[in-house]
Amino acid sequence: MSFETGTTRPSVAGEPAAVGEPAAGVRRVGRLEPAALAGVMSRDVAIFGRNWRSTTFSSIVQPTVYLLAFGLGLGTLIARVQHVSYVQYVATGVVATAILFSSAFPGMFNTFVRWQFQRTYDAILAAPVDVEELVTAEVLWISLRASVYGLAPLLVGIAFGLPPEVGMLLVVPIGFVTGFGFACFGVAIAAVAKTIDNFSYITSAVLTPLFLVAGTFFPISKATNEGLWVAAQFNPLYHCVELVRNATFGDLGPGDLYHAAVLIVFALLMWRLAVSQLGRRLID
Amino acid sequence: MIGAWATRGYGRESHIRSGAMDRRIGRSRLRRRLQFDLVKPETLNTAAAGVPTGPSPSAAISMSGVVKRFGPITAVDGLDLEVPSGVCFGLLGPNGAGKSTTMRMLTAQALADEGEISVLGYPMPQDSKQARLEMGVVPQLDNLDVELTCRQILSVFAWLYRVPRSEREDAIDRALRIANLVPRAGTIVRELSGGMRRRLLVARGLIHRPRLVLLDEPTVGLDPQVRQELWTLIDGLRAAGTTVLMSTHYIEEAERLADTVAVMSAGRIIAQGTPGELVRAHAGERVLEVFGTPTQLEQMSEQASRNGWASRRSGPALAILRAESFDGDAPRGIMRPANLEDAFVALTGEEIE
Repeated sequence: MSFETGTTRPSVAGEPAAVGEPAAGVRRVGRLEPAALAGVMSRDVAIFGRNWRSTTFSSIVQPTVYLLAFGLGLGTLIARVQHVSYVQYVATGVVATAILFSSAFPGMFNTFVRWQFQRTYDAILAAPVDVEELVTAEVLWISLRASVYGLAPLLVGIAFGLPPEVGMLLVVPIGFVTGFGFACFGVAIAAVAKTIDNFSYITSAVLTPLFLVAGTFFPISKATNEGLWVAAQFNPLYHCVELVRNATFGDLGPGDLYHAAVLIVFALLMWRLAVSQLGRRLID
Repeated sequence: MIGAWATRGYGRESHIRSGAMDRRIGRSRLRRRLQFDLVKPETLNTAAAGVPTGPSPSAAISMSGVVKRFGPITAVDGLDLEVPSGVCFGLLGPNGAGKSTTMRMLTAQALADEGEISVLGYPMPQDSKQARLEMGVVPQLDNLDVELTCRQILSVFAWLYRVPRSEREDAIDRALRIANLVPRAGTIVRELSGGMRRRLLVARGLIHRPRLVLLDEPTVGLDPQVRQELWTLIDGLRAAGTTVLMSTHYIEEAERLADTVAVMSAGRIIAQGTPGELVRAHAGERVLEVFGTPTQLEQMSEQASRNGWASRRSGPALAILRAESFDGDAPRGIMRPANLEDAFVALTGEEIE
């Protein structure tokens, strides 16, 4: 009970555990342990249980507003884009926006608050968890959430006449990979930000252009604007939009492997960047 | 809290029955009672009797030549520290002495620039994760999740410390009992008092029954009653054979809880021993306190330094150390036993709480 020795460790002074080896019954810990990831995520789940209403509200309402404003507003001027109605076109594009907002923002703000204000990460790193596990678990949770929130604009789109497709379910894995990359991007930004106010630079100078020049609201085609098309190739969100649209309209083809590959590479690069940047700040 | 322990057999008396523990506790209690009565060190010695002089394979913590710099500031400057298993070891020093940095290096949350560190025999920082699995940490600053309940927080850390699924609930219940927070299990942290939060921090660090516990300034900023509760808790840990390394800048805390005290100043250990040993070595046996107006005390201080007496201002008095050696030429004043504060000030030149 309380303080007496458990069966997992020797107790009394003068009877130390074998030094440098785990005490009897204590296992060796490895790298990227599922138990550590689950532990960090269990905290996220507990917090989500408290604030899921507000989180979900903003993640769903924001893309819906875009969808209504652009889809229904501009939709009266623009009848069809490519071979679908404009509202359907925007509904699929806004999926990427929803994923971006529900991954990059939590990546930036949660990380900064938990690290700087609440010192949660200090507490977690004093336990047998390393920075790689901490970042990976936090980002896994964010991207799981983002992948589900990515479905919201499609549901709204269905209400406005978007035909339901089995391919729409691919939004979940697409959203997961994209969300993972952008959540890691957010973590890396939080790690280099001096103050939380600095995030506004990133929001206005990086994230806003990214989601505007991603084929969300207007098509980016090599034929009409080659410069923009080339730029879009470097925008992960563009590849996300392309994938989502092709999956939703049943147009998936070999070219989508390229989009998927870009997203996966982006996610992996950002993951390593987030781990290294936050590690530099968390470990003195 | 004390009552709760006693009913489960954690009262001090319950420990007097068995073997080595019995002797250790017995001596420890004796030391506390007789500390100022000039008992010879070896008779009141505690587990510190076994303090090895060189590196010991059984040391819970071993640091040698450790240096940690932050830019131009050297926070830890050639630290040598050996904490034997099974003792409560106090790291006493003023604010800024490098205690917290030392603590952070033991969890590899700060990496030493020079020197070698091992914790529970694991070399740092390479094997720090394994060491962290087997030790508990109670931080100086409250880093609890304010939105979560006590039970949720303990559950998260039961995961993080790899408590097996089948034992998790029991571990959480046990930790809640240790911290006397059973009735608050479902309360969110934001609604807890400062003392409760601190107890929850301790419970969190003990969820996996660590064999080593690091306590960084465990009672800083707490009111006296809460401090007493935590002292009882810490004493219970030590009594159960857990190695405790506690940093503090409270003299009384070190004096009452620690078997061995290391005095830290400007990033290094400047003295080490049982509180009694430190007092005798650095403040002598008795102290003469001379009272007077500030001017009189000033003059007395000058006279003391002319005579080669070590002295310090102590509130409204001038405390002259090693007064046992005076032979008739002593000024008039009140004789009292030397204490750890005298030794501390003599060592560091700094007043402390």
